[in-house]
Amino acid sequence: MGKQFYVQTKNIRESRFIHKKLLISRLDIELAERCNNNCIHCYINLPADDLLAKEKELSTAEIKNILKEAVSLGCLVVRFTGGEPLLRKDFEEVYIFARRCGLKVMLFTNATLITPHLAELFCHIPPLEKIEVTLYGMKKDSYEAATRVSGSFEAAQRGINLLLEKKIPFVVKGALLPSNKEEIDEFEAWAKIIPWMGKPPAYAMFFDLRCRRDVRKNELIKKVRLSADEGLKILTRNKSRYIKEMKIFCAKFIRPPKDKIFSCGAGCGGGCVDAYGKFQLCMMLRHPDTVYNLRCGSLKDALENFFPKIRKIKATNREYLSRCANCFLKGLCEQCPAKSWEEHGTLDTPVEYFCEIAHTQARFLGLIEKDEKAWEVNNWKKRISDFVKRDVIN
Amino acid sequence: MELKINLDDIYAPSEDVVARDIQGEFILVPVTSGIGDLEDEIFSLNETGRVIWEKMDGKKTLRAIAKELAYVYAASQKEIEEDILGITKELFNRKMIVEAKPKK
Repeated sequence: MGKQFYVQTKNIRESRFIHKKLLISRLDIELAERCNNNCIHCYINLPADDLLAKEKELSTAEIKNILKEAVSLGCLVVRFTGGEPLLRKDFEEVYIFARRCGLKVMLFTNATLITPHLAELFCHIPPLEKIEVTLYGMKKDSYEAATRVSGSFEAAQRGINLLLEKKIPFVVKGALLPSNKEEIDEFEAWAKIIPWMGKPPAYAMFFDLRCRRDVRKNELIKKVRLSADEGLKILTRNKSRYIKEMKIFCAKFIRPPKDKIFSCGAGCGGGCVDAYGKFQLCMMLRHPDTVYNLRCGSLKDALENFFPKIRKIKATNREYLSRCANCFLKGLCEQCPAKSWEEHGTLDTPVEYFCEIAHTQARFLGLIEKDEKAWEVNNWKKRISDFVKRDVIN
Repeated sequence: MELKINLDDIYAPSEDVVARDIQGEFILVPVTSGIGDLEDEIFSLNETGRVIWEKMDGKKTLRAIAKELAYVYAASQKEIEEDILGITKELFNRKMIVEAKPKK
């Protein structure tokens, strides 16, 4: 014993525990696949009144058991997402349970279902992580062109105002759609009044297709996706910042993946539980061969035995092996098993949309020439190093 | 008003804080507002803090805890009592512990 401080008062974020090789530091739980909005671009929104989906959802007790096991494995943060997580009648019970287990809660919501009672709850029992609200437009017309639900704009405004009034920390995110893409400046100016923003809002713009592979809805999503050129225009609005960030990113992360299809951290130190108890490596990957049924197993078994096996899967698709495996833009390109699953129903088929986006950015950054394919580039290390050293991009 | 801590007082962990041991790191996660200053604040106790925290069971006086620790640690009773008064004050001011028996 001796003179010393006893309680360390600085923030301890979950990252502090990552070096300790926790089996799980963060868990995502989709409380419902249902949503009260009907967003045209969304990869996961069954109707709010879908009784079949509702019946299949995890019970309150099942969710609590999953949370308990996550805590016993050292998990510090749970992210409640959906669909719209606030649609669940037991949300309050589940939320309080998670917090009383010593979990920090991250909530992804459209804010339309935030009531004065819920705002009071977040005030009294704070989530300890900023709530993340997605906004689909600055005006009723643009917002509801995306959500396709009358009254949703006012409901979202009400919810956001409640969070502001009660000083509940939250940030906003956007989804860039044909109906709202001209509103970016207005959105960013408005977002500055939110005291917890810290940086400009993040945007979804290269939308994922339906995670349950719905051909009809996929056609709608494809119609509202930004083109690679439109996306580049958005990304380079602040050209110098974009280039600075890309230099750091490219120096660190881009290289050919060879036949390894999981080059991300999916399934390492966490995962995502879907609304029905299937444990996925990440939020997006729902290929039936890659999900683990928690109703007949445990988080521990999935994380220790099942996920590592899945992560070892190698690419066998010939096109993938001749293109993606040799493409140094991997990292810049969003190609991954989840995107391949959504677009093609496989784990290793090249996705043209994301390939085009990556090539467009690489051309802008001077990493490849016009009409050049990145998988044909042999001196990619030199190109990255030249790019990182270059002062100005022409 | 600052609380005067006495060695004959008894304290217990507040129900508004969850203590967790994550691979040897002893942390306190606030449940209700007003414990941390920031929205994402959680706290960590050092080894001394942890030992004392675990003995605050709502039954033992601080003096009894000091006596128990004096058997284990190579430190004088006075030194240990100083440590205990220090941490108790810190934890109480942060609303992480509550008095188990009101002062007369």
